[in-house]
Amino acid sequence: MKPSKTRTPGARKSQEMPAAVTRRGFLNGLWAVLGLAALAEFLWLAVSFLRPAKPGRTESQADAVVTAGALATFAPGTVTAFQNGAFYLVRLEDGGLLALSCKCTHLGCTVPWVEKEKKFLCPCHASAFDITGSVISSPAARPLDTFTVTVENNIVKVDTGRRFKRSGFDSGQPVYPPKARS
Amino acid sequence: MPPATEKRYKTLNPLGTLVLHFRPRRVPERTLRFTLTWGLGGMAAVLVLLQLFSGTLLKFAYGPLPTQAYESLVRLQEGFLFGRLVRNMHFWSANLLVVVVCLHGLRVFFSGGFHPPRRLNWVVGLSLFILLLLSNLTGYLLPWDQLAYWATTICVGVLEYIPLVGSRLQQVVLGGPQIGPATLRNFFALHTAVFPALIVMLMAFHFWRVRKAGGLVIPRAPAEEPEEKPAMVPTQPDLLLREAAMALAVIAGVLVLSLIFDAPMGQPANPGLSPNPTKAPWYFAGIQELLVHFHPSFALLITAALVFGLFCLPYLDYAEAPAGVWFASATGRRTALIAAAAAALATLLVVALDEYALDTSTMLPNLHPAVSLGLLPTVLLAAALAGLYAVMVKKFQATRLEAVQAVFVFLAVGWVLLTVTCVFFRGQGMKLRWPF
Repeated sequence: MKPSKTRTPGARKSQEMPAAVTRRGFLNGLWAVLGLAALAEFLWLAVSFLRPAKPGRTESQADAVVTAGALATFAPGTVTAFQNGAFYLVRLEDGGLLALSCKCTHLGCTVPWVEKEKKFLCPCHASAFDITGSVISSPAARPLDTFTVTVENNIVKVDTGRRFKRSGFDSGQPVYPPKARS
Repeated sequence: MPPATEKRYKTLNPLGTLVLHFRPRRVPERTLRFTLTWGLGGMAAVLVLLQLFSGTLLKFAYGPLPTQAYESLVRLQEGFLFGRLVRNMHFWSANLLVVVVCLHGLRVFFSGGFHPPRRLNWVVGLSLFILLLLSNLTGYLLPWDQLAYWATTICVGVLEYIPLVGSRLQQVVLGGPQIGPATLRNFFALHTAVFPALIVMLMAFHFWRVRKAGGLVIPRAPAEEPEEKPAMVPTQPDLLLREAAMALAVIAGVLVLSLIFDAPMGQPANPGLSPNPTKAPWYFAGIQELLVHFHPSFALLITAALVFGLFCLPYLDYAEAPAGVWFASATGRRTALIAAAAAALATLLVVALDEYALDTSTMLPNLHPAVSLGLLPTVLLAAALAGLYAVMVKKFQATRLEAVQAVFVFLAVGWVLLTVTCVFFRGQGMKLRWPF
């Protein structure tokens, strides 16, 4: 403690002098910059190490498209659960198809379809959604997310690779299968 | 080495000298009084040591992969001698730690232990508390049962509502779009390396700051002036004996709890089925109860504001610093009691009203839910707190310290009641129910 006390006045004097950069000062500054650079490198390393790996597009895309089945198996007004893709295939009364995510938009619980009440009822915080995924009762603030549905040769496929957030239900969202020779 | 020092080294036993390395040689006699500290800080330290011990043992038995985790725990409980006991000890110390550390914080606050020179140590202590909660949360997922999986889902689900960085942060924490092998790896690394290391380092700093502050606050009556030269007693044996006795009692208590009550173990995690109701661990139940009443962004905002307020508590520029006086003064005691009563009444009333009578989103259908369920009630809450502060100052002539203390008491009591409501009084679909 003591030696530093006697040294302080001198040190302060040299600080007060705006004066030319001394060699000592310059080298000390250089060390500090190098030290900070090393720290930044390690931080960068840690951050890039921990960033979640981008899901290999090629690999997941093949897995992502789930073949739901023949169009005829989905009667109007029904909801079919697909555990492996974590979505519901909804056939609206007017024949439109919607693929709804199972994840509650509130905090991510899995929402079961309650056939008796014709609602998706979240067990975690009691959010409720109707058959189109729109919010009937809060706390959930937005409708269930959707996935893209395609119908080819009367076979329904769902691309679970990308989920779409929406703010409400509109008539553009359901996919209507081409009327077969009607 | 000078002869005097050498002699001292010979006369003290080596363990005693090690302890004295971060303890002063002598401590003020009045700080030994049990009713000053209730032994809470020491209890917390003992429980952390128990955690390190039982956690290290568990690490030898645990497989941090979704396919192994649950089975490795079943094997631990059935195949290992004392396996179940060690897991129970880890579970009970973790839960007791939250309680003990909360009480320790309350003790420090109400006995004025956060005034200078102890301000920084309040911040260190709070950081330790947050690390403890994070440790508990990351440990909660590891059994990979239904309870673990879904409690973690909703806890991490909250992150999404942090503005701007929320979804990305959630992705980093989960290591992907949802809880999976990467999440378990992340949580395991955090739980068994990062958080324990940080906690041990900060604990050393915490203890050292206590010594730097000249020990604990010396208890005194409101009218009493602080003593110039308090009576001192040697740390060894006066303090150390008491601490050792307390440590043994705590260890015995944890052992008894672990022998009688088993740590919960549900069905293996099933990502397709959320149990009804799904609840966060009890120490986050306060936030979950807020989520029932508030828009998620605002529930988070309120929680963040409360934590920020706690960190600021020592730095609010009080006129006086009555270290050692319980509840600051006679007025402080009275106002704290009134605030506690007001909080109990207000919380229960609001919870019941929100459940049975009020539905702001249907009452105000034109407003966005973020306003009717978020902004509006948050502003009301802030107004209520400001009102409480003003009443304390105007009506009860409270000083700033006493008024801040009243607001603190109000929020603390409210938080405890929210936690109790969520843990015991919420049943299926998070509806209020009678627990018995």
